[in-house]
This record gives sequence, C-alpha cells and structure tokens, in this order.
Amino acid sequence: MEASWLPAALELVSGGGLGLSPEKRAVLWSSLLLLQRDYRFERVWFWGCIQGVRGAYYIAEGLGPDRAAPRSRLYSLNCVDWSLLPPVTKEMITWAGPLKGRFQGDPSFEYEYTERNAEDAERLDEDGKEPTIKEEARVVATIEQIDRAVGIIPRGAFVKTPLGSVSENRNFEGLSLTEAKKLSSYFHFTEPVNLKNKTLLEKADLDPSTDFLDSLEHDIPQGSWTVQLEKGGAVVVLRSLLWLGLTFYHVPMTKQYGYVYFGTGEKNLDLPFML
Amino acid sequence: ERGHGPYQPHEPGYGLYQPGYGPYDDQIPDPKSQTLAIENAKAYLLKSSTASGLNLYDHLANMLTKILDEQPTNAVDIIENISKDVKWAQFQKKMDTLRDEHEILPTFEAAEKRKALFLKPNGEGDEELEEELGETPLPNVMETAFYFEQAGIGLSKDESYHIFLALKKLISVQPVQTCRFWGKILGLEMNYIIAEVQYHEGEEEEETEVEEVTEEGGKEVGQVEDEEEEKEKEYEPPVSTYKPPPVIPKEENGTGANKYVYFVCNEPGKPWVKLPPVTPAQIVCARKIKKFFTGRLDAPVVSFPPFPGNEANYLRAQIARISAGTQVSPIGFYQFAEEEGDEEEETEGGRDTYEENPDFQPLPVAEMVDSLSTWVHHVQSILKQGRCVWFNPLQKSEEEEENEEEEKEEEPDELQQELQQEIGPPLLTPLSEDEGIQNIPAWTAQPSTNLIPQHAVAVLQSNRWPGAYAFASGKKFDNIYFGWGHKYSPENHAPTLPPPAQAEYPSGPEITETRDPTVEEELAFKAAREEALAAAEEEEEEEGTEEEEEDDD
Repeated sequence: MEASWLPAALELVSGGGLGLSPEKRAVLWSSLLLLQRDYRFERVWFWGCIQGVRGAYYIAEGLGPDRAAPRSRLYSLNCVDWSLLPPVTKEMITWAGPLKGRFQGDPSFEYEYTERNAEDAERLDEDGKEPTIKEEARVVATIEQIDRAVGIIPRGAFVKTPLGSVSENRNFEGLSLTEAKKLSSYFHFTEPVNLKNKTLLEKADLDPSTDFLDSLEHDIPQGSWTVQLEKGGAVVVLRSLLWLGLTFYHVPMTKQYGYVYFGTGEKNLDLPFML
Repeated sequence: ERGHGPYQPHEPGYGLYQPGYGPYDDQIPDPKSQTLAIENAKAYLLKSSTASGLNLYDHLANMLTKILDEQPTNAVDIIENISKDVKWAQFQKKMDTLRDEHEILPTFEAAEKRKALFLKPNGEGDEELEEELGETPLPNVMETAFYFEQAGIGLSKDESYHIFLALKKLISVQPVQTCRFWGKILGLEMNYIIAEVQYHEGEEEEETEVEEVTEEGGKEVGQVEDEEEEKEKEYEPPVSTYKPPPVIPKEENGTGANKYVYFVCNEPGKPWVKLPPVTPAQIVCARKIKKFFTGRLDAPVVSFPPFPGNEANYLRAQIARISAGTQVSPIGFYQFAEEEGDEEEETEGGRDTYEENPDFQPLPVAEMVDSLSTWVHHVQSILKQGRCVWFNPLQKSEEEEENEEEEKEEEPDELQQELQQEIGPPLLTPLSEDEGIQNIPAWTAQPSTNLIPQHAVAVLQSNRWPGAYAFASGKKFDNIYFGWGHKYSPENHAPTLPPPAQAEYPSGPEITETRDPTVEEELAFKAAREEALAAAEEEEEEEGTEEEEEDDD
C-alpha cells in the first residue's frame, strides 16, 4: 500500500489479526520517507511482512515514473535499516520457487537443494559442490510470485498513456458499493495474460486506457478470493486464498485502496481440497 | 482585380475564402459583418443536439466554469475527463423525471446493529451498576488487545471494542461463570468471532434429554431385529459378519474436550450462537480433512472421509484441537489442586483439574523468551481416539452381556490385543516437550520490542497452528487465535484413500469355481476315450468273430 496511507490502511486490514506493533508503525513512516529520498523513488509502497521462524522480513517497494515497470524491492529486519534486494531473474524463480517450508528469518541462510535430476547433475559437475540457494533469493522469488499472482488494484485506478507508460488516474473516485463487490472490478497489477483471449465482443466494451490488465474474474481456481464487507460495510476487503495473508482493502467511493501481505510466505497448494 | 489563385498561409485573406464571405473581407473589417459572423458562430454553438438535447455552448460554458472553480493542475491533460464529468452531472439532473428512492444500503442496517451495542438497556438502575462493579466474568478485552498489539497481533481498536461490548451482551443473557475472547476464525463469506465460556455448575442447558431419546430408539430397533433374525433362520441366507466399530461416546459437558462451551457470531452486533459439544468421531475426522469455513454455521462439510456433521460441528472440532494444542500459560500460574481425595480421583487419564496459584511469582520476560520450559499447557491434549480421557470400547455394559451370542466371544479377544490404552502427555507439561515439525520448533518466542526491554512483553507464536499466539507480562497472560483454523503441514494435504473393498463372502472350496479344461485337454481326453472305446470294440469284435467262426463250422 501507499506509504502515506499507512496509518489508516493498517487499521482497515487488521481484520486478519496480523499487523504491526506500535514501534514498527512509528518508525516506518519516517524510514520509508528516507528511502524515497535516498533512492529517488516517486512512490514507496509498504509491501508487507514475511514471518520467518526466527525473525521477520519487512518489505518495501519503490516505484519510478512508469508504475508498471519492474519495482525495486527492499527488505529490512527491523524497519529501520533497509537493504536493496537483487532484481528478480528467471533462474531465481525456477530454483527458489519450489522450495517448501517456512522461512528462517536469516537472509544468509542457505537451503540445500536435495532434488536430483539431470539439470542438477550438470550443475554439480560445474561447481563441484552441492548447489545451495540463499534465503535472500527465495525472498525475492516469493515476493515476485505473490505480486504476479495476487497483487491487485481496483479498476480505473491506473491509466495507460498512449506512449505505454502507466500512471495513477487522477480522476479515480473509487468504486461504487455494487461494483466493489464484484471480482471483475479488480485487476492484477502485472503483465496481462488473458487479455488477448477475450472475444471480440468483450474487447469492444473495454476502454484501452483503463482496461489493460487481467481482471480477477477468471482466476483459477474459482473462488480463490474472498470478498467481504467489514466495519459494517464501510470497507471492502479481499483476501487471497492462494497466498494466505494477502489482504486488499478499498473504501468504496473514495480513493483509498491498497494491498499488504502479512504471512509466512508459503503458497497454499491445498487450495483445491479446501474449497 | 485580384487573382483567385491558391492563397498561401502568409497572405492576408487566407481562410476567409468561404461560402458566404467575399474575398474582400480581410480589408477593413466591417463591424456589422463581424458581429454577424459572431452571431452566426454563436447560433451554431447554441444549436441543440438531436441526440441528447444539450448544446455545445452551454456545455463549454459549464466546463470552463468548472475548470476555473476547481483549478486542477495540468487541466489540458484531463480535459476530456472533465468534459465527461460535466455531461454526466447534467444528464442525471435533467433526464430523470423519476426521483430515486433514497437508497437504503445494507451498510445502514449493519451500522444500526453496531450502534445498538452501545446503547444501555432500558430500566437499568443504580442497583445493577453496583453489581457490575464487583466481580464480573467479563474479560478486559481492551487490556488483552493492548498487550497483543505490542507484538503486532490483533484487530483494530474499533473492532476490539465492538467485541468487548458484544461479550458484555452475551454475559447478560447467559449464566456464565467465566468468559474469554477466544479469537477470530476467517471464512469465505463471513468470519467467526468466538467466545469461550464456562457455565456455573449445574446451570447447563438440558441437552441430555435428546440423547436419551435416541438411545431408547436404538434399543427398540435392536429388539425388532432379533425377531426378524429368528424368522430368517428357516431360510438361512448368509448373515453379514460385519460389525461396525463401536461408537466412542463423547465426553461429558464440563470435562475433557467439552470443558468449555463456545459461542460464535459473525460480527459483533449479531446474536451469539452456541456451538454443540464435540464428539470423538468428529475430532478424528477433522484431523483428516482440510476445508475452509464458509461463515454459515449450517453449511454442509463436503469431504472424504465424510464429516459427521455440518460446519458448526467442524468449527467446534477445530476449536477443540486448537485449544488442546496451543493454550499455554506461564509455569507456576496454575497448579494442581491438593485435596485429600486426590489418589482416588486419579483416573486413567491423569489429573484434569487445576486452580490458580495464589503464590505465583512471575518470571522476568527475558527468561520467558529464552527457554520454552517456562510455559506449560493448561488444556488437556486430545488422544488419537478423539477424547482426552481414554475410553475402552470393549467394556461390556449390562445390555451387551444380555445380547451376547456364542459366536461373538471370539472376536473381543482379538480386538483387545490391538487396543491399548492411549495415554497423552499429562496436564501442565512444559512446551519444551512439544515436538517440532521437521526442523522447525513448535513455538517461536520473541520479546515484543528489543529497544525497551524493561517493558517488553514475551510473545509466543505457534508454528504448528499458525495464528495461535500467547503473551505473558508480569502476572498477566492470555492466549488468542487469529487465523483460518488449520494446522500447519509442510507436506501437501493428501486426502485419505478410500478403504479397500470389503470381502463379500469367505471363499472356500465349496464355492470356488474350478477351471474349465482347455481345448487341447478336451481333445486329448476325447482321443483317449476313443482309444479306450475302440480297444473295447476290437475286443468285442474279436470275440464276436470268434463266435461267428465257431458258428460257421
């Protein structure tokens, strides 16, 4: 979520029970501002917190002029000192994605790769020792997976200019209550995958400046999002069931929205059994 | 005089060559014709559109008024949106002759309910106030919320306060002795807010009547079946030798897994619903399935193995499992009650009652965080059977002895060899005995802050049941659960396979089919028979011919 909306937003997403302690809340405001100054970000988003067994990672993302460009990610163990995470590569996702189990809480912890297949054998020969993956890489891969899979924004919040860059829509006044309850009013904030598969009829209704992303309607499996009205209907909260801990909130008819992740950083692969 | 050639842009008079205007209009402008041009332009702009009834002049005027009033930055970039907004606003007022009924949003009803929590019930005088100031079972939810907030756990203050008031309403309605906010379980459509309650002794609701009725019904059915069996003995069809495994009875209300009674509601302000007591079969089944809660208590739980009950039972079973696994307290806070009759009361399951220790000395936070042996479980763990106290299903009650037949005597011996008494860890065992999962310890202990250790709170997070937390600070401690209600397993959930098909009948020699002979065997047999026949015929012929020869002579 946007760093400047932090205090109000944390109140609205706390329905899941996890949040930030007053100490962290107090320091985040200033430390995120300093991040913006140091790295010259245009916007700083507080992404959330991944709980490890021995400690937690607090993650922030910085955005440049094109909001859809790959974001720089930073992590901190105490919300005071932030370190830049390496940019994500395809290798990281293939090697670190299948890792299972809790995070340890120590960025230099090394996972041993125990699967043996042809590719592994090749790597062994090259390095001469067992391949290991650092927890840092796993953190990067997990954040990227989560953003790609369940990072969402309300429809109309961002516009695409004819030059291709994406920026916030200053005319976005919020979704109405009826719209806010529908899954089709929310988009994945990542490269669209299904957009080209729509029928011509559907494409004719789309507005190319605002409808340039995939909506949540056709997510597999169906029902992997819960939509609830909290606080007596004042906030719409979407929770992802695929990545337990991802919470998105939006106050209808206002500009407030955002998503945050508070969880263990593990994908819920049992989802089809649990629905 | 002038040529009419193509006019270049730099030449005066360019652009004036239009029908209606002469080529000399660029010269000293005739005021009359200029005003005429302006009026023509304005008339054009005032022309109403045939489609929407608006005209461009008014629209441009409104747009410019709006822009000048609001003065947005970079207006030229969003001019189209401003135009659309102005049109939209216009459209609404003029075209709708029907006035919309003031929309009653569902949010208003919800707000009414929440407001009702804050109203004091009528007729409350000073007398009741005095009673409330004394000992009340109402827990101080805000205080607990404050301690958990130091660790970053908990709901927003608004929601906590609403829950506080909802609990107060619950206590005023039900005769409770102790009450505690157990936690919140998230669901698909709605969430559950759960309160853990203990009734005053002797004030439980009358549920035992329902159980007795079903038992009597069972007895009658048994008698009818006996009569039918006697009739059928004449025909002797194969009798099924299948005996369903004995049903393990649930524990009494107030003991074991049913020690506490739980009330749930979807949102503070909605009425509290009591959850039914849990049976061992439900706990055993709940261990095998993993389903999300929908938020409706009467929703069916579709799973394999089929869950005996609906969502209310599943919720109660999960609450029982979570409580048994994660309710902890600092060591020494509770102690076993020392009474004279203690030795007699030691049942097979161990002691199950405890009381608060009046001489409790709280340990410093640093020690609470360093070692897990400073915390103990104060809820009995649930055995594999599904109960806290082991029940021997082979204990023959009086009814079973009467109906026993000779055939059945053999089986209990076999079963007894398999069933052993299940013993769980005794009450008040420290957490250091808890098994971890793979290489992760069962609990993670942290102080709430590293910067101010003097006022830190010791916080425990469970790794086996993600979402279960406990805190301790001085003499105060509490447990809470915020989560989806499932146990953590690093492996993927594998649903139980269906059991192998049961044997229909015992296979013996009398019903076993013999193999049909193959064609070669048949041919060989036929050939052998023909040889034997032919040999027999030859002998007969020889005898016959001998006789004939004798006759001929």
